[in-house]
Parts: sequence; structure tokens; C-alpha cells
Amino acid sequence: MAPLLDVDSLAVTLPGPRGPLPILHDVSLTVDEGELVGIAGESGCGKSLTAQTLLGLLPPGATVTGSARFAGTDLLGLDNRGWRRVRGGGIAMVFQDSTAALHPMLTIGRQLTEHMRVHLRMDRRAANRRAVELLDQVRIPDPERAMRAYPHQFSGGMRQRAAIAIALAARPRLLIADEPTTALDVTVQAGILALLDRLRAETGLAVAFITHDLGVLSALTTRGYIFYAGRVVETGPTGALLTAPTHPYTAALLGARPHGTQAVGTLRPIPGGPPAPGEAPPGCPFQPRCGYAQPSCGTAPPPLAPAGADRSVACVVRPHLEVATR
Amino acid sequence: MTDLLRITDVEVEYRFRGRGRVRAVAGVSLDVAPGQIVGLVGESGCGKSSLARAAVGLTAPSAGEVRYAGRPVTPLGWRRRPGAEIGLQMVFQNPYASLNPRRTIGAQLLDGVAETVTGAARRDRVGELLDRVGMPAAAADRYPHQFSGGQRQRLAIARALAPQPKMIIADEPVTALDASSQAQVVNLLVGLVRDLDMGMLFISHDLALVHEIADVTAVMYLGRIVETAPTRELWRDPRHPYTRALIDAVPQIGPTPRLPGTLAGEVPDPANAPTGCRFRPRCPHAFAPCGDQPPTLQLGGRSAACWLNDPTVAPAAVPAH
Repeated sequence: MAPLLDVDSLAVTLPGPRGPLPILHDVSLTVDEGELVGIAGESGCGKSLTAQTLLGLLPPGATVTGSARFAGTDLLGLDNRGWRRVRGGGIAMVFQDSTAALHPMLTIGRQLTEHMRVHLRMDRRAANRRAVELLDQVRIPDPERAMRAYPHQFSGGMRQRAAIAIALAARPRLLIADEPTTALDVTVQAGILALLDRLRAETGLAVAFITHDLGVLSALTTRGYIFYAGRVVETGPTGALLTAPTHPYTAALLGARPHGTQAVGTLRPIPGGPPAPGEAPPGCPFQPRCGYAQPSCGTAPPPLAPAGADRSVACVVRPHLEVATR
Repeated sequence: MTDLLRITDVEVEYRFRGRGRVRAVAGVSLDVAPGQIVGLVGESGCGKSSLARAAVGLTAPSAGEVRYAGRPVTPLGWRRRPGAEIGLQMVFQNPYASLNPRRTIGAQLLDGVAETVTGAARRDRVGELLDRVGMPAAAADRYPHQFSGGQRQRLAIARALAPQPKMIIADEPVTALDASSQAQVVNLLVGLVRDLDMGMLFISHDLALVHEIADVTAVMYLGRIVETAPTRELWRDPRHPYTRALIDAVPQIGPTPRLPGTLAGEVPDPANAPTGCRFRPRCPHAFAPCGDQPPTLQLGGRSAACWLNDPTVAPAAVPAH
């Protein structure tokens, strides 16, 4: 069976003040029906731009090559009308900042039903009924009352759940969640993760979850992609990826996290910072920060190559990596 | 007296026209000793930042007292800060807001250097400060926008260090930063506390981070501290159900996906706090005595405000943890 979303060799270049800036290079990824897939990396690594490409939200002047197919539709060849059909009804998105994603002057009910009336051509009555069901499904207490509330009357966690309800309103098959829990408390985050997992189980929703938190990646997703400087550097089943990484960058990200070892100063920051777009070194983009770099790393960016069961890694050195056990 | 910062029964109230008062901090006591890192954790809205602002003198407490080095902290007004309190400094969450965008880093660092340091020595002090936070001396002539978020937070820390403080209050200092910058800034703060024998109150909603660095951790819920314990013990054997819930909610890395534990309900509005134990409506172990506010019970080197720890009322069948 073909995957629901199939992105192949995607490259995106944005216009910059001093000429075009290549942002994404050779990104390939798939999401199956009902699958929870994670995308992780530091800020500026191209995670969010990938999501924007898949929703046709790139700024004017962007050039895109490669292919992106969603349920048989070639996304990159769509015109405005085609995009409107995909957005909402096919692929929906939830953003990090739910305050900015919701309209402050429209009631939650109005923002929920608008989608259904446009995409599903429902009448007001039916749309209201489904809106209440959706609010109930995302566990917002007293949904009838919540329909008449404005976003500022909700807590951060409730707003994010309302944003998820809105994203689900037109029955999308794929939800792209871009750091939806980053601004939330752990207890509220736990509720959102449980909600997404339940929606997947109950409705077959596929979720692409973008995060910089490897703990979240591990807790929720079954398959993961690690991004660095606009490339996928490692991919595989999330558990294996994070308990036995094969790319030095994945291992470095794990080392920078708190481990609960309580030996003070044991956080191991990754030296330096990721390269700015257009300033990546000629070879492996991680090479200047990598403790295992060799002369061969400097020639060309290493392609993703198979590395064990369902796994690939873009590293020519493939060092033995020590990983903290927790 | 060994405590550098002593917070005793502090309450912070905000008044709203038409809505009356909201008590954001409802009676908190907390001590920090020199060379000690005390972590303060809790969900947003629990009063962590209000407590921090009261502790450093930015907000006047409506009741209780904050003492720094044995002297009461005077709330900041239009007058300059008393010299005796200059050793109490704060690092804020957002380094984009805490540095002046229109002045050079060097000028901003000089503001904090004591007037007794004069001439070329002032300029040298700026260089030393930058060196301490791992920034080049050339940073002094540049403006905040020329630095990344992590670098800016290090510069904000240098600014806090300029008056040679003894006590730092850091309110979510790494929340706005990437994982790798987080690690750098956290290591820097911990290193400073150890090297300079400062005290630090480290406020964060990131439990894993506090677990990693704090000697003692205090857990705050809805304006009150519900549990205080040496960090390792708190993590291994929490004695308040809220602490347990917070720990369970932290997502862990493992070989198979495992969803973190969820906690029922929402944090109540502090203007409308539940009577008795404030955690009661969300607590899986709530029982009859919880209708009364639990006292902070001393449990040998740690404390918790939960009736389950009182053997005279708690049923033996309900474990606190």
C-alpha cells in the first residue's frame, strides 16, 4: 500500500537579500495512514519549512524541486483551488502558538463551524452539532458553553485543544502538529499527547509531530526523522533511533538533555551552532561540530544509507556511539 | 544564621478593579544557603514568578517577609536600591526583553559595576565578566540584536554578575532557548554557583532540568509550596500526590512509545481557589480530611503539605506515593 504522504527528494530554496538560500536539501519522508511520525531537530533545521511546503504556505519566490504526494495527489503541482481542497479536508495543521492561531474576536464555535460549512458543506445546525462533539472529543469541559467562549477565556492547554478540534473539523487524514506542546506545562502536554494518540486509534488519523523534545518524540511516535541543517540525517523506529543512535548528531542531542544523573554539569552542550542557510560547509553539515569527523567528511554531504532494520543514516564514519542509558 | 535568602510566610496579592483580589502567592516559606541551588517547579499560573519578583523586591509582598543576608529586602521604588541589597540579582526568562536594544553590551555591563571601581579597572571588569560567561571581549562594543538567544542569555547573566552578587534568582532562564543553548547556559549558571559560592533560586517548569541541577527542590501548586525535599529524594520518593503527577507527566525516552501520565482537570483560577487542600479536586487520593488545609508536615529533612503523611488521619491502605 502506498503511504498516505510520500515526500521524495524535496528541496526548497527561498529568496534571500544576497541571492537564493537553499533551506531544504533532498528531504524524503513518508507517513502511513494512522501512523504517528516524529520530526525532530534544533530550531532552524527546516522542520517547520517542511510543514509549510506540505500545506502550500511557502513565501512568494520560493523554488521547490522533488515530489510530494498526498493520497495520490501531487501537492507541488496544485493551484490555489487545489490547495484549498487539501488544506483542512486532507492535511490540517496545529501550530505552537495557539493564541496566534485562533482569531481573538470570533467565538470558538464560529471558528469551528466555518471549516465544516466550507469543506463539508454542512448547514448551521449540523455543523454546530458536530462542533460540540469535537469539543467533547478533545475533552473540553462543558462544550455547549465553550462554543460561545472567546479564545482569551480559555487556558493555554484548552486553547491548544480547541485549535486541535478546529484542525480536525473538516475530517483531515493527516494532522501536522508543529511543536504544539512546547509552550505548555508537562501535565498539559501529557493530556495533548494522550489526545493525539487516542484520535489516531479511534479515527485512523495520521500525525506528523514536529518537536525539539526527544522525550516527546519517544513517548508518542513510532517512527522518527532527525533533521539537521535542512537534511534528514537519521531515520528509523523511534525507540531504536533514540536508544541506539547511529548518527553523531542524534547522540549529541541526547547528550545535551538532562539525564537525572545529578552529577552537576553533566549536560553536554553541542559545541558551536548549526550553520546558517547558505553557509553550510561543503561536506557533512554537522562535521564542524562533530567529535568523530574525519577528512572524508569534508567532500560531499553523505547520502542517507541503510543502517539496520528499517533504519537509515547519513554518516560515512559511523562511529561507535556511547549513549547515556536514560 | 546561615541562610542567604530567607522567605517567610510571603503572600502576594494583586488587586483588580471590579474583581477584587487575587492571592497569587498564599503563604510561602523557602530558604537558600550560600553555594546552594534551590529549584522551584510548578505549572504556569502557580505563582512561581510572583514569588520570584517578591523575593528580589520587584513586588511588595502583602504579608510575610523576605530577608537577604539577614536584612529585610525593601521593595523597589523610585529611590535607588540600598547598597546592602545589590548582592541580590535576577536573571529573567526573556533575554530579548531584559537587555536594552539601543545600548552596547559594554555600557549595560558597566551600569552594574560598583562605583568604587574606577578608570581602566572598569573596562577590565567588563572583559572579565564577558570571559566568565564565555563571550569574547569584542562583544562589549556590540548591540544585543547581534547575538543569538543563547548568547544574549549569557550576556544577561554577565549583567546580573556585574555587581558581584551573592544570590541569583533565575526565573525560567533557559525556557526560551534551544536544547543545546539550554545546556550551555545551565552549565554556566551551575558553574558560577559552585565557583563563587553564590546561592541560586532556579525557577523552571522543566522538571528534568531541575532534577539535574538543584540540591533542593520545592514544588508549588496554586500559590503554596506543597513539598520541599533534597532533589534526589523528591524524585525517588515523592510525598505529595501533585509531585508524583508532575514526575509522571515528564515524557521519557525508551525502546517503545509510552505516553506520560495525565492529571485530571485544570489548574483552578487562583481567585477561586478550592477550600481545604487546593489540590483536592484533581487528587486521585483525596479523602475526608482534605476538606481542611493540610499543615506543612516535617518529615525529617523534608516536608510535605499532604494529609496522607499524617499517620493519625491517613488510612494505612492509601500510600502517598
